[in-house]
Amino acid sequence: MTDIAQPSHTGASAMPKKRSRLHNLAANKSLWRGITAIAVFLVIWEIGARWDEWFGKEWMIPGIGLIPPPSDVFEVWLTVLPKPGYWNSWYQSLARVLSGFLSAMIIGIPFGLALAVNKYFRDIFFPPFEILRPIPPLAWVPASLIFWPTNEMSIAFVTFLGAFFTIVINVVGGARTIDVRYLRAAQSMGASQWDLFSKIILPGTLPSIFTGAAVGMGITWEVVLAAEMISGGGTQGGGGLGFFIWNSYMGGSLEQIVVGMISIGIAGYLCSSAIRMLGDWFMPWRRLF
Amino acid sequence: MPNLNTRGALSIRNVTKIYDPEGVNVMAVKDCSMEIAAGEVCMIVGPSGCGKTTLLNAIAGFHSITSGEILLDGELLCGPGKPKADQGAERMVVFQNGALFPWKTLAQNVAYGPRVQGRSSKAEAMEKARDMLAEAGLGNVTEKYPGEVSSGMSRRAEIVRALINDPKVLLLDEPYRAMDALTKSIMHESLLETYDRTKVTIFFITHDLEEAIFLGDKVHIVTTRPCQLKKTVEVNIPRPRSYQTQSSEEFRHLMEEVNEAVHEEAIKAFQAGERELA
Repeated sequence: MTDIAQPSHTGASAMPKKRSRLHNLAANKSLWRGITAIAVFLVIWEIGARWDEWFGKEWMIPGIGLIPPPSDVFEVWLTVLPKPGYWNSWYQSLARVLSGFLSAMIIGIPFGLALAVNKYFRDIFFPPFEILRPIPPLAWVPASLIFWPTNEMSIAFVTFLGAFFTIVINVVGGARTIDVRYLRAAQSMGASQWDLFSKIILPGTLPSIFTGAAVGMGITWEVVLAAEMISGGGTQGGGGLGFFIWNSYMGGSLEQIVVGMISIGIAGYLCSSAIRMLGDWFMPWRRLF
Repeated sequence: MPNLNTRGALSIRNVTKIYDPEGVNVMAVKDCSMEIAAGEVCMIVGPSGCGKTTLLNAIAGFHSITSGEILLDGELLCGPGKPKADQGAERMVVFQNGALFPWKTLAQNVAYGPRVQGRSSKAEAMEKARDMLAEAGLGNVTEKYPGEVSSGMSRRAEIVRALINDPKVLLLDEPYRAMDALTKSIMHESLLETYDRTKVTIFFITHDLEEAIFLGDKVHIVTTRPCQLKKTVEVNIPRPRSYQTQSSEEFRHLMEEVNEAVHEEAIKAFQAGERELA
């Protein structure tokens, strides 16, 4: 009751939503702070990178002085943007991330729930799971290159593993820490096992599922990029943003390396935003907190 | 006012509960007996950690008992040969910190019982839920999530969620514990109003002596662990009661009586706590 009565200090984001979306966006202080922060970061980078140009070589700032300034990066980016190869790299990496991530979700969520609710299932499958889990995804690369017929399939498999373990652990943790009061209340009201599962355990686990998804998404990007760098170009399993960076490195284009890195940053940001939006949509009650 | 309710008489007979019989052997409840008449508001008062909640859990069927028996309207809930009562909608619990499902709106929460019991269609259950919430003064927040309303509102909704199942007994475990005094007094009036309407048997655990006398027909004071009935104080203040009741001479007299009995136990509990820590 008190938060309604008190004047809001968070600005327009907490005001009644009478106005248009665009207006709200423009009045959103957090958004402007974010934009300002990025702008300040770019300015510092630019100055740092150009310092030696302006004051002579002996004034070069170590580290940052070796990195191309953002304006140069931007220029190179503009030349890369119209090239289909660049977009193809995006497409290839995204496709790999999504296929690995989605298969990990599709298999991992039911597997995690089964581990959480069924004692027999847990007794049988948890020990091998726990032994396989600490193996880093990249340690699977050689074995999967041998095991799977194509490079592409090995990348997909390693990507899947990267997300799978994280998702499962989060689902198990979430489902097993559901407040016993909810379960008791539901059982007192006469909930069947299925009601308990579908209406209490599943929604109660959703927040953990989305936490697992967000972390798993990060790991899939890591794994995909590393796999792309390892597998290199060629016809099989090549391409992608990882290869784009590697190729730029081989070609000696510092600017293009940074373009590739920022592209990955943007792609990762888009993916986690998508997960956040899905989370909001699936869990309307969480939007309040 | 004569009480016409004939459902929900609870008999607790010689109940003992020992936790972890092989290990530390904590005796939570020892040979505890009390009779709660149908439609009575029975308040259980005792020091923290004395085993009141254990008793409630046994009635609700969350925990087993070690010996003794508990009957509801003459039917055995738990006793020899059946240490743990079945959970059932005739005994609805309202928990200490609230247990509304955060992922359901208040109306969906209230409609949950009738829905899972298959008693009515979804539309019917939701309609009844909204009606009952409106009756409890929550008509304008039926479509809100528990996280969007005040703790007072959600606790009230939780009582509605219990009542829609037409329980014989309401089991309340310090439902208003974390509330400020002002909200609490509003909650009390609303509970009394609900009680006057439904006359449901209420088993209410509390630390708050004023609350106990204000709401109860009887105040059962229990000892520090192991929990045992120490004294029963009858509250003969007529219903309906209002907040003015609390400033009456009678009320103050009862307060003294209860306070004296509880204080003794509180000291014992405190000293026991000191020994355990030392």
